[in-house]
Amino acid sequence: MRVGVVTFPGSLDDRDAQRAVRLAGAEPVALWHGTHDLQGVDAIVLPGGFSYGDYLRCGAIAARSPIMAEVIDAANSGMPVLGICNGFQILVEAHLLPGGLIRNDHGDFICRDQVLRVENASTAWTNGFLEGQEITVPLKNGEGGFIASDEDLKRLEGEGLVAFRYVGINPNGSLDDIAGLTNSRGNVVGLMPHPEHASEAGFGPDTPAAMRSGVDGLTFFTSVLAHSLATA
Amino acid sequence: MPTIVVDVMPKAELLDPAGKAVTGALHRLGKSEFSAVRIGKRFELTVEGGVTDAVLADARELAADMLSNGVIEDVIAVTVV
Repeated sequence: MRVGVVTFPGSLDDRDAQRAVRLAGAEPVALWHGTHDLQGVDAIVLPGGFSYGDYLRCGAIAARSPIMAEVIDAANSGMPVLGICNGFQILVEAHLLPGGLIRNDHGDFICRDQVLRVENASTAWTNGFLEGQEITVPLKNGEGGFIASDEDLKRLEGEGLVAFRYVGINPNGSLDDIAGLTNSRGNVVGLMPHPEHASEAGFGPDTPAAMRSGVDGLTFFTSVLAHSLATA
Repeated sequence: MPTIVVDVMPKAELLDPAGKAVTGALHRLGKSEFSAVRIGKRFELTVEGGVTDAVLADARELAADMLSNGVIEDVIAVTVV
């Protein structure tokens, strides 16, 4: 399986996402924002970072970059697309997921190992989890406060489209403790925390077993591999 | 050269942490007569040639679709100066 990772000007975690793809057993493919070429990949990751310096709004300019026309078409025809942090903001700005992300309610950039509850374990990127499972992945953002209209929020909750919720602490003022979403088809998933930073023992969050041994994030990437094999 | 100005503000019901920080600074300076500050954006679109109805319509569409995000912001005004 080939998983494309799009690099935008200001992307930060594209190489980490590529590494996580490789650790999961798939082949990472570097994609470039300025082209219209998805290079025949089977899934796409929009990585974290600060595309275009967060100018205009986080993810707003990247969402209108050349390759996003193809990403949007691919997402609408069922290809798995994962947006991490800035990638989540790009998905929202591209209207592939509803709502918006605003500055953290306390005004500070936050960086912590965050516990999440998997609310929807039937998506292309979460099928390796159990519903209700608690996982720990790093969270690092300044503008991660999720908001949506009352109508959208009701629909998200009613249709099971909340993929992840913050547990223990709401780190940024997100409505309903929402950390990540899926579309109704389950192929597009976006979240503020960083699963790619919890994919290799020695470099992940601390666990009771050992320092930096957390690899809960790897399951995102093994999930999409399993999804690809199941739908092949 | 004519210019179209687009004013965008965060929605009134949303917390505006930047505005809140400035409000705090004003109060520390003793300017307590200013009870709140909200921070928005002003875009100045320089237009080659005249501002026709079509250009203005284009600017309004751009203001709604790209220069603002309707989930979190409101377009306050699109004016020709």
